[in-house]
Amino acid sequence: MAQPPDTRDRRNFLRRTAALTGSALAATSAARAAPLPVPSSARETGRPIEPAAYGMPSKHEEYVARRRTDVLKNRQNWSDWSMTPLQHQPGIITPNGLVFERHHAGTPDIDPKTHRLAVHGMVKQPLVFTMDDLVRYPSVSRFHFHECSGNGLTDWLKPASTTVQQTHGLLSGVLWTGVPASTLLEEAGIDPRGKWALFEGADASAHTRSIPIEKVLDDTIIAYAMNGEALRPENGYPVRAVIPGWEGNVSVKWLRRIKVGDQPWYFRSETARYTDPMPDGKWRKFSMVMECKSVITTPSGGQQLKGPGFQEVRGLAWSGAGRIRAVDVSFDGGRNWREAMLEEPVMDKSLTRFKIGWNWDGAPAVLMSRAVDSTGYVQPSVQDIQKARAISGFVQHHNGIQPWSVNTNGEVRNAIGQA
Amino acid sequence: MRSAKLSLAAAALAAAAAIWGCANVGDVAPKSSDGIPLGATGAHPVQPLPDKPRFGQAVSESDLAAWNIDIRTSDGMGLPAGRGSVAEGRKVYDAKCASCHGAEGKGGPVYGSMVGGIGSFTTNARVLTPGSMYPYAPILFDYIRRAMPMDRPQSLTANEVYAVSAYLLNLNGLIPGEAVMDAASLPKVQMPNRDGFILDDRPDTRAVRCMTNCK
Repeated sequence: MAQPPDTRDRRNFLRRTAALTGSALAATSAARAAPLPVPSSARETGRPIEPAAYGMPSKHEEYVARRRTDVLKNRQNWSDWSMTPLQHQPGIITPNGLVFERHHAGTPDIDPKTHRLAVHGMVKQPLVFTMDDLVRYPSVSRFHFHECSGNGLTDWLKPASTTVQQTHGLLSGVLWTGVPASTLLEEAGIDPRGKWALFEGADASAHTRSIPIEKVLDDTIIAYAMNGEALRPENGYPVRAVIPGWEGNVSVKWLRRIKVGDQPWYFRSETARYTDPMPDGKWRKFSMVMECKSVITTPSGGQQLKGPGFQEVRGLAWSGAGRIRAVDVSFDGGRNWREAMLEEPVMDKSLTRFKIGWNWDGAPAVLMSRAVDSTGYVQPSVQDIQKARAISGFVQHHNGIQPWSVNTNGEVRNAIGQA
Repeated sequence: MRSAKLSLAAAALAAAAAIWGCANVGDVAPKSSDGIPLGATGAHPVQPLPDKPRFGQAVSESDLAAWNIDIRTSDGMGLPAGRGSVAEGRKVYDAKCASCHGAEGKGGPVYGSMVGGIGSFTTNARVLTPGSMYPYAPILFDYIRRAMPMDRPQSLTANEVYAVSAYLLNLNGLIPGEAVMDAASLPKVQMPNRDGFILDDRPDTRAVRCMTNCK
């Protein structure tokens, strides 16, 4: 799928390459293309408008689908995940049918008429909200990336995945709409001793996390819509938490309960899982912020370059600590780097699109991207991470640089740990 | 009406947010009062609420009792009445857990072992089980009650949950075979990984933005 080029880009491109394209155009006009027939679509009436229908993508786009991991063999598919096909995503919004999934006990079917959200614990007045109540409050809509802490889980020191969907597809970009969590908590009246809040789902895992109250009051959204429509069942219908920039599983789906307390609860999901192995047998807890990261999505693993010449290298960058300030791209395995162009809008804790022109000379190359965020943090290599953490056990929060190798045939391969 | 204390807290947050908003490279990243890095980037504009809409329906904690299932696992706050022995736990486990987790917690057709791994974290093959990984024994009660058995969660009685917790602790060598678990005894079980956690201290990498001749 082609992206319409930014007109400013095109002007710059034309200016830079005027001499080259001049001679290329002359050569092209000398060659004769086969005459174009009138297509059948122009000779027969198309499909009529249906009385009411939810539009679906073209049948020619059927290969663009969420997929489960093809690296690990999960023996059940309730506590499992499916991944976003980032290699087919232009722009920064993930269509709702492609937003990645991670559930701990399957997707529930919840009737919004009977669903309730309770706010209680260390508050002046425990409250219950219906869905009708929630949509009446002053609303907020914000773009945020959503990333599972386990994104990259299978690819640390050697390649296991083929495509960027499998290496980085526990990542999506969404416009969330809902009520600020602070609105509901202020109505209940937080006890000044309340320092943490638990968020709990109405699904069969009753998935639960403890969140510091500062984050809840800062920018947490109680969301009922995504990308302009109600949440999809697999993404939390009818209501979920959205905790911007933090590991995905804290944004509890099918939200039924918020309880304020003075300490964290230390649930299984914040001790035995979602913690990071560290040197000397230790584990890092409450590592919530998804640190600055980027990946080239075109060209990426499993793809093949059409031939030497111009290639727009495109990718995504994001940071749970702020905005993307810059993305650099290397074509020689990290020896030399060029700054890529960031495509507007560049937003806080949101997917950001970068792109850079490349003339492939047909020789082997190793492509990689490196993002810098508004705090000045520079995306590390996997080897940098390895110096600080133990890559053993259940390894999370992988924001290392992803290298893709290109061979003389133009085949693009995962080169994590190799470059 | 918003309480005076809340207004003060909000003002403090807003002031802090204004400072973070102007933060330059190298400034200390904001943290929660318990030291959790927040990744906050400044004030997130929320509409003022001139009419203070209040749509929540007041309820009492007792109305929420059936939902109020969380256990504060570090001290067991919230553990209900009831008790269960290792022997009773074995019976419940064999009937309701073993088909997925295997006999004696050693791993089955769906899930791996829930026994062993203690001492493995300083090796290159960390084995994660409730025995090796959980810092606090009441995590067993909280998690089994809310999420297990996977096909019928929240179906076990408190006695059954105490019993299965006791059985798994015994299989991991952490309590004797005659032990009985209840709201008093379960939080007292000493878990080997109790002090195995450190607070988030990232950023823990110091990558630099080298542009030419970098390696």
